[in-house]
Amino acid sequence: MTDARALYRAWVLEHEKAPRNEGRLEDPTHSARGSNPLCGDRVDVDLKVEGDSIVRVAFESRGCAIAKASASKMTTLVDGRSPHEARALAERLTTLLARGNTEDDEALADLLGVRAFPSRTRCATLAWTTLVDALKESE
Amino acid sequence: MLEDEFPICKRTVEGKPVAYLDNASTTQKPRAVLDAVDRYYRTSNANVHRGVHTLSVEATEAYEGARARVARYLGAKDAAEIVFTRGTTEAINLVAYGSKVGPGDEVLVTELEHHSNLVPWQQLCLRTGATLRVLPIDDAGDWRLDAIPSLLGPNTKIVAMNHVSNSLGSVNDIATLIAAAREVGAVTVVDGAQRLAHGPVDVSALGCDFYALSGHKMYGPMGIGALYGRDLEALPPWQFGGDMVLTVSFDETTFNDVPHRFEAGTPNVAGAVGLAAAMDFLEAADLVAVANHERALLDYAVEQLSSRVRLIGTPKERSGVVSFAVEGVHPHDVGTILDTHGVAVRAGHHCTQPVMEHFGVPATVRLSVAMYNAAEEIDRLVAGLDDVRGIFG
Repeated sequence: MTDARALYRAWVLEHEKAPRNEGRLEDPTHSARGSNPLCGDRVDVDLKVEGDSIVRVAFESRGCAIAKASASKMTTLVDGRSPHEARALAERLTTLLARGNTEDDEALADLLGVRAFPSRTRCATLAWTTLVDALKESE
Repeated sequence: MLEDEFPICKRTVEGKPVAYLDNASTTQKPRAVLDAVDRYYRTSNANVHRGVHTLSVEATEAYEGARARVARYLGAKDAAEIVFTRGTTEAINLVAYGSKVGPGDEVLVTELEHHSNLVPWQQLCLRTGATLRVLPIDDAGDWRLDAIPSLLGPNTKIVAMNHVSNSLGSVNDIATLIAAAREVGAVTVVDGAQRLAHGPVDVSALGCDFYALSGHKMYGPMGIGALYGRDLEALPPWQFGGDMVLTVSFDETTFNDVPHRFEAGTPNVAGAVGLAAAMDFLEAADLVAVANHERALLDYAVEQLSSRVRLIGTPKERSGVVSFAVEGVHPHDVGTILDTHGVAVRAGHHCTQPVMEHFGVPATVRLSVAMYNAAEEIDRLVAGLDDVRGIFG
């Protein structure tokens, strides 16, 4: 039997209760809204990029615990990185969550718990694809 | 045993027999339906309405026999009042496409509608300049019948309503709304998708103009549905091609009689045969006994759930469905945890975003029952909810 606790790990519940960088930025340089039409989940991602560095990142989400925790985690992982690095990380996550991929990854390890729950992959990737959309906007 | 009639009930999920409580999405199929579809393909498969050979004659008889079966099941006066469609959605779109309204006219829908009985009318209004109006619901999830006089008038041309709400389970007082609509001369369109697995319908007694159904929600196959129309002649043809024509030349085409003029192309004969078998199956199972069994299950579910969760919708009369929200936990998280217990429910907006809006929730968890469900499966759902609390605190 699959234990739901494999998905709802401690970090998920902790980020869901106390999300990092939650809210909207007043002066973002990049923004995007992502939604999942299947379930009505929604996330807004705001970024402030200075030079070649993401100096602020924030999200606001209306969605499940997985979507919210993943968005929160995303903000902690891309904060301070260059837009190029942030995009690469998002692409890496998409690759790792493709059906059948069993590769490990140190930076993204927490997010790979969703692998056993294929119906929830989109919840975990929503904030990340929205991040990529936000960075695309101004190019 | 009923479970023996439904081969999929032997299926396990997470090492347990699946507790399938997502019947409002689609019901499982009994052996009688599977066999009828299989037998049709094995013994009589041919195209209909066009061959002189034996198989084609048999296929045509099976298809037209199914049409007569649907007519009988719905209490229609004549098989020619039944159009086969892909399902309820296509049936409603057919009516909406052919409806003649214009600026100043009004189309009334209700706040409870599935998107499939809302969006086609909204689009009709956008195309024609007619105005869409909405009959509101109260906080129990029942229609506000007191609002009817202020919403229905000489400008109302169409009133579209669902018989049973797919997201809340409300059994709607369609007799009252149909009567009020007829008084002002409006055409009435009923979405019966959630009704027919749970209770009888008599369209002649109801006096509605159109009644739409989906086979797969009443133990039949996917991809087949039907539209009852009291006066199909009033609708123009909407899809063009073979089978719906009488004569074709480069100058002119004449159309076949109703209902055939609404069935362009090769129809889903096996689906129609399966739908007829599902209706036979339902009648043999005794609709009153089915309704009593399901009511007992729903009462038990409501009793078990009301102290644990927030019920969304507490209608006067309930059929098929209980919707709820778990405080502080998103419905999708609840759905995933229940799945690990082998319990299948729907989590989402159920294609009724305005209803979700009314109750101030983005989505709900919905359990929906069928004749083969048992109280033990409700117990497993409740145990799963205790696990949800265990995980989320």
